[in-house]
Amino acid sequence: MSKAKTVSELNMRSISKSFAGVPALKNVDFNLKGGEIHALLGANGAGKSTLMKILSGAYETDEGTIETGDGTYSFRSPADSKNAGIHCVYQEVDTSLVSHLSVSENIFLDQLANSMGNPWLKWGSLHDAAREVLKRIGLTISPQALIRDLTLSEKQLVLIARLLAEEAKFVILDEPTAPLSLDEADKLFGIMRGLKDAGIGVIFISHRLPEVFRICDRITVMRDGERVLTERKEDIDSAGVVRAMLGKSFDEEFPKLPATIGEPILTVRGLEAGRRVRGVNLDVRRGEILAIVGLVGAGKTELSRVLFGADTAERGTVSVDGKPVKLGSPSDAVRAGIALIPEERRKEGILVRESVLHNLSLPILKAISRFGFLSGKSEREFANGQISGLGIKTSSVAQIAAYLSGGNQQKVAIGKWLGTEAEVFLFDEPTKGVDVGAKGDIFRIIGNLAQKGKGILYLTCEFAEALGLADRILVMCDGIVVKSFSRGEATQEDLLYYASAGREELA
Amino acid sequence: MKKHLLSFTFKYGALAFIGLVILFFSFQSEYFFTYGNLTDILRSISIVTFVAIGVTISLTVDGFDLSVGATVSLSTVVTATLMVWYEMPLVVVLIVPIVIGALVGILNALLIVKIRIPDLLATLAVMYIVNGIHKTYTKGYSIYNNMPLPDGTTAPGVMDKDFLWIGQGKLLGVPFPVILMLLAVVAAHVFFKYTRWGRQMIMTGGNEEAARLSGLKVKRVRTLAYIASGIFASIGGILFASRIGSGQIDAGAPMLMESVAAVFIGYSVFAAGRPNIIGTFFGAVLMGVLVNGLTMMNVQYYTTDIIKGSVLVLALAVTFIHLNRRKA
Repeated sequence: MSKAKTVSELNMRSISKSFAGVPALKNVDFNLKGGEIHALLGANGAGKSTLMKILSGAYETDEGTIETGDGTYSFRSPADSKNAGIHCVYQEVDTSLVSHLSVSENIFLDQLANSMGNPWLKWGSLHDAAREVLKRIGLTISPQALIRDLTLSEKQLVLIARLLAEEAKFVILDEPTAPLSLDEADKLFGIMRGLKDAGIGVIFISHRLPEVFRICDRITVMRDGERVLTERKEDIDSAGVVRAMLGKSFDEEFPKLPATIGEPILTVRGLEAGRRVRGVNLDVRRGEILAIVGLVGAGKTELSRVLFGADTAERGTVSVDGKPVKLGSPSDAVRAGIALIPEERRKEGILVRESVLHNLSLPILKAISRFGFLSGKSEREFANGQISGLGIKTSSVAQIAAYLSGGNQQKVAIGKWLGTEAEVFLFDEPTKGVDVGAKGDIFRIIGNLAQKGKGILYLTCEFAEALGLADRILVMCDGIVVKSFSRGEATQEDLLYYASAGREELA
Repeated sequence: MKKHLLSFTFKYGALAFIGLVILFFSFQSEYFFTYGNLTDILRSISIVTFVAIGVTISLTVDGFDLSVGATVSLSTVVTATLMVWYEMPLVVVLIVPIVIGALVGILNALLIVKIRIPDLLATLAVMYIVNGIHKTYTKGYSIYNNMPLPDGTTAPGVMDKDFLWIGQGKLLGVPFPVILMLLAVVAAHVFFKYTRWGRQMIMTGGNEEAARLSGLKVKRVRTLAYIASGIFASIGGILFASRIGSGQIDAGAPMLMESVAAVFIGYSVFAAGRPNIIGTFFGAVLMGVLVNGLTMMNVQYYTTDIIKGSVLVLALAVTFIHLNRRKA
């Protein structure tokens, strides 16, 4: 740790990078001091991940230099940047961990993989060393535990333990809080403060502004490949940050479109599935947006999957428009008029290797074909209609979905259902990993669906979204709906109280 | 400009390579680039192409069918015995092997889709079983006209003349199996490109869970893919019997590798990077051209394996370099 305690500084100067002639970064300067937490913000596509990939050595910069206290570097590989003390914790923690190995082995993975080291493993001292590092970040798991048995937040902390073990000087945390519950995020912030006190410079990427203001010392905002501002957090407010990110002010964060609320369209009684869905009753009316809020692990995703037939229910009934439906598979649900926009967008919501066209037409293949032959014309017409109607930014219908930004991918995941007869839309964390601009679009799309008399079930752990959008809010905790609020009745604190203390409330 | 050239190479490199190989052999032997020889090449690949179409289908749904070679063997001997042992009419001779191919596909699907054994392992086991069945059924003998039977008598039947025409006859100067092959290639291409079921298979193979959550019945789609794979293999077996005029034991054994190689070479055609029918066809053509040309140059058939393997490695290398670049 002695190295990190000397005040260090990282400077990226005039970094430029283009992909196939399209500039992704234009003359970006970025400065990070040891012992500060520096937020890097920007809409998706603003260039922040490109900048961080250059810093971590995943990309090579076209122009510009990177300097740390010990000299100027041009990082050509992740190993180079690790040698300079720069470490990155990516959002997908599972890609950086070996799930069938122990915590200790994962913490010291790089050392163990290093061919220069001692060929013999000393298990005792390995676990001792791991325990030491885990203690420093206050994580009380056994070093012998296997990674696959850990929760997501624990895995994240193991990655932080790893970079501590490697004596990192600068750390990039790429949207670490996106999958975490509030408690888990708090714990992470505690650890980040610990890193800061140890003289480590932390770059923090997040889409959640409140936590940025809570934890960070300085804020840098990027837009369209350029750095638009760097301020101390005392010198700017969240409206200013949003304005900088969008290039315009964002007055209406949650546009609530007026919709007439009609008959119940989705009725659920006594639904049970495993430990995460325990006796759920709910009604969604036509034109109504019903939000279900809860912390991560409360059972929201499981509920949405059961309602969509992706997982099977053990007990309970579901009816759509008064007619009971048997939910044996997603295709049953689709036929009954239920659509799911799943949380894991890139794995479940869309097929990232397929074109926008093929993604959009997937649920309506039958409708656009005659005698089994697809009508290319109807398919393109439908896709172009969704692209212009939802504002999907894509170079053409043939564009591969992987190359769209998160928000546009989400619009594809929504748009594909708009050609079906779906009457009930289940949205599971639809704004996760979506930038501010596209969030507004998604809220508007959902509002429009409600105006057309669809029933919306909106499952989220972002309480502000539920308060802004929903006509009613149910709070879920440990698989049980513990509380119901009408619009305007609850505050974020109320929701948090019931979402975290729900169990005592019932007992 | 350099990038442009590179992607051009990825896209048309495979076809250019086939062109170069043909050019090379044409200079080596004046007989190579003649109508007679070119149709010979097409006829020689027609059987493998049928099997390879089946392999393309199972790979499209992100599966793998190792049992196709064994199915070819079984279908060949069943076809022959139906005529030689049982003197069945042509309709039965054609239908029974296809039904058997479909049954093998159903067995594969049962193990893979229902019981969820990984595809390679399940079809490996089925390959063993089907191989064993075909040898048990013929007691290890090849089937030919009026063959002697174990009880000392001779078999009553001979291979049907009309049946032999399927594999050996010509229509308007074109060998009939070549016509069948081209029809099958076009039909399979149309199936994948323009029909709902073909699209469903492609999407299921692209990401099964996402396809399922889009309302596709992915289990049914995968089951049908394995059945189709078995049927195409059995058609390959029928053609084989008709071509050779007998039911050779272990006829399909080399077909597995040949067809899989054709499909993977096909990955590199037009830089598709995934199973595709047109690519599979050109893959089979390349294999056929190599064998034919090398044989003319008096290269031993076991030596051609080295060259075929090297070409496969080259195609795979080009494909995966391209795919990995695209990902980055």
